[in-house]
Amino acid sequence: MNRIFTLLSLIVLLATANTSWAQANLDANTPAITAITNSMKARNSQLTGAYQSGAVGFAKDGNVAVRDASALPLKDRAAINSLVAQENQDRAALYKEIAKANNHPEWEGDIRNTFAQRFIQKAGAGWYVQDGSGNWVKK
Amino acid sequence: MKNYVSLLLFSAALSACVTINVYFPAAAAEKAADKIIDEVLQSRQANKPVPAVK
Repeated sequence: MNRIFTLLSLIVLLATANTSWAQANLDANTPAITAITNSMKARNSQLTGAYQSGAVGFAKDGNVAVRDASALPLKDRAAINSLVAQENQDRAALYKEIAKANNHPEWEGDIRNTFAQRFIQKAGAGWYVQDGSGNWVKK
Repeated sequence: MKNYVSLLLFSAALSACVTINVYFPAAAAEKAADKIIDEVLQSRQANKPVPAVK
């Protein structure tokens, strides 16, 4: 019985001593990620007006969301929902691809949270962003 | 019997040796996010103050 205890303590010691703690790098440079980024870049000129008018804001979940479609000229209102849907589709694909490119698909949620924070941080003056409790705040 | 138990525990200990815990690299993720966001929102760059690229 004593031997088993000795063995057990040895195991605990080994397990703690030999566990490596790796802080991995993050690779965001694959053809798939570049393609999504380019698609978002191309769409951005169509969305900028909606960001500036407050019709669309940066949500706390890493998406964009229609906040007040009436802030847009009538002619642009019909298109805004599909633009926002396309943008969110690209963003979801982006977060997933970065996680996949780093062989950690489970990081998708962390990556989404990181992007959510950084997008909000980088929103232009006068744009609307969501605070922690989901309220729209003008920057 | 005792030998089998020891052997079992020992192999468990061996497998524990190669455990690698990879934490989500938060700092690297922020850097990657900033790069992509700057690129996507590029057209706005000229109009707003943006801290110099680190």
